[in-house]
Amino acid sequence: MKEIRIHARAGQGAITTASLLGYAYFLKGMYPYAFPNFGAARMGAPMNAFVRVDSQPVRLRSQIYEPDYLIIVDATLMRGFNCFSGLKEDGVAIINEKEGVEVPKVGARQKTFLLPANDIAMKTIGRPLGNTALLGAFCAATNELDLNMLFETIKKRFSGKAQEGNIEAAKQGFDFIKNKKKG
Amino acid sequence: MKEFLEGSHAVAEVVKLCKPGVVSAYPITPQTHIVEDLAQMVSDGTLKAEFVNVESEHSAASVVLGGEAAGVRSYTATSSQGLLYMAEVVFNIAGLRLPVVMTCANRAISAPINIWNDHQDSVSLRDTGWVQLFAENIQEAADFHLLAYRLGEDKSMMLPVMVCMDGFILTHGIETVDIPTQEQVDKFLPPYKALYKLDVENPISIGPLVDPEYYLETRYALQKTLEEALVLIPKLTAEFSKVFGRTYNGLVEGYRLEDAERAIVAMGSVCGTVKDVVDELRKKGKKVGLLKITSYRPFPIAAIYDALKNVPKVAVLDRAVSLGSFAPLASEVRAVFTGKKKAPKVISSFVVGLGGRDITKHSIKEIYSLLTAKELHGEYIDLKPELLTPEFKG
Repeated sequence: MKEIRIHARAGQGAITTASLLGYAYFLKGMYPYAFPNFGAARMGAPMNAFVRVDSQPVRLRSQIYEPDYLIIVDATLMRGFNCFSGLKEDGVAIINEKEGVEVPKVGARQKTFLLPANDIAMKTIGRPLGNTALLGAFCAATNELDLNMLFETIKKRFSGKAQEGNIEAAKQGFDFIKNKKKG
Repeated sequence: MKEFLEGSHAVAEVVKLCKPGVVSAYPITPQTHIVEDLAQMVSDGTLKAEFVNVESEHSAASVVLGGEAAGVRSYTATSSQGLLYMAEVVFNIAGLRLPVVMTCANRAISAPINIWNDHQDSVSLRDTGWVQLFAENIQEAADFHLLAYRLGEDKSMMLPVMVCMDGFILTHGIETVDIPTQEQVDKFLPPYKALYKLDVENPISIGPLVDPEYYLETRYALQKTLEEALVLIPKLTAEFSKVFGRTYNGLVEGYRLEDAERAIVAMGSVCGTVKDVVDELRKKGKKVGLLKITSYRPFPIAAIYDALKNVPKVAVLDRAVSLGSFAPLASEVRAVFTGKKKAPKVISSFVVGLGGRDITKHSIKEIYSLLTAKELHGEYIDLKPELLTPEFKG
């Protein structure tokens, strides 16, 4: 079983991100359970979305406290919350970097991958929604999912220009981390 | 076909396949996505139904009452305050023997206002004469709507059915669901033919004043019919299994109970979490199990007795309270064993997860560890003492 926790603010598309990620796992033949946890139920409020995935149907219905992977959509959340709380010893965090926001020190076997997902999104989609760039980065950072599966997922969810833009965002997010890993 | 769907969307898809002629609802979190989807289907023409926009849940319930009274399959959905606002009509629908199907996206009750999950809404309406089926996962939530129409519309029943699914956890969760084909659904669920209906050509009166000479028998008949439902439900689930390939008991589901020394009794999505804990503890050699109650109304007294009569220690989980008395599910499970020779030595009662307080594997493990020779009554799990004033800290 793998557990992924997404940190975002309501309105930033975290539920969509969780559902896209879940769908990509579904295409892989796995059994994902993607679910949100709302805080104050208003735009801008900190919230989490989660994906729990296994090779058999997921039965566990609690929130995720010890994630294998973190996706931090809004880096400013790291100022007020310990987004890394419970991250597994060998856990991986994918972070939408933001100038002036420091990433906390992590364990020796934990890894953090930063990328300018909003900049990528502005160039590819025209809006500062870095979710698909972050998902591309997730594929590169974790090797959990084939990038083509993510493309298939985006094609299912978006059409027209939004589809093209999001596929390009995912590709650039993937390449950014791939190059970082090489470098 | 297997799809990756949000619980609300899966329910809407299955309701569409049931071809209701009247849908009416008033939006309330976390039920809203279901009826938004149905409204879209009606607008797109993929569901040939009358979608009646109303100004309140009381009116939504009244519209589906009217739809069914005119002989048309009808559907509504609600949560929490919405269900309470419907309450008067909910009793009427059962008393009139109208097989309405309603989804209750279970949510806590105000005050204080809380949009998250517990079972207080539908549990508070347990005495209305409606069947209440609790779903563990999204597949069950979807499938139980098929069962609901088939059961309620059976000529021997004529009962309304409420499908209860945990708000957010199942309504907003997304997982793999097998959505049946129209052919399968048509095979299982024939078109609805009302026994009696409002018809201008052949006028009848329904629900008139009934004086003390007659009222008692109407309640007796409802009670007897609900008892008969306990016999019919397993027959229908057997037939369901033949058509759809998924097997449910429909009343209860025992999980690793055969040699269990300690068992948890629960309803709804928490049963999945309990199953994972059971497997973990079994690996460590602990003889633990779960009894999932699917049919809360009618209450499957005999099935619960059979499943638990040889289990020495039983913990009942309530996600609702009966303020000022025992927890509701626990008091009924205890009643099952009143005067019986074979019975658990201990039936302890635990209140968990009110207002969306997360129920973790740790919560469940704590319940198993508190399940000792000392019987507990309404023990609150995951309570935060720091939030209580000193006199309540105990």
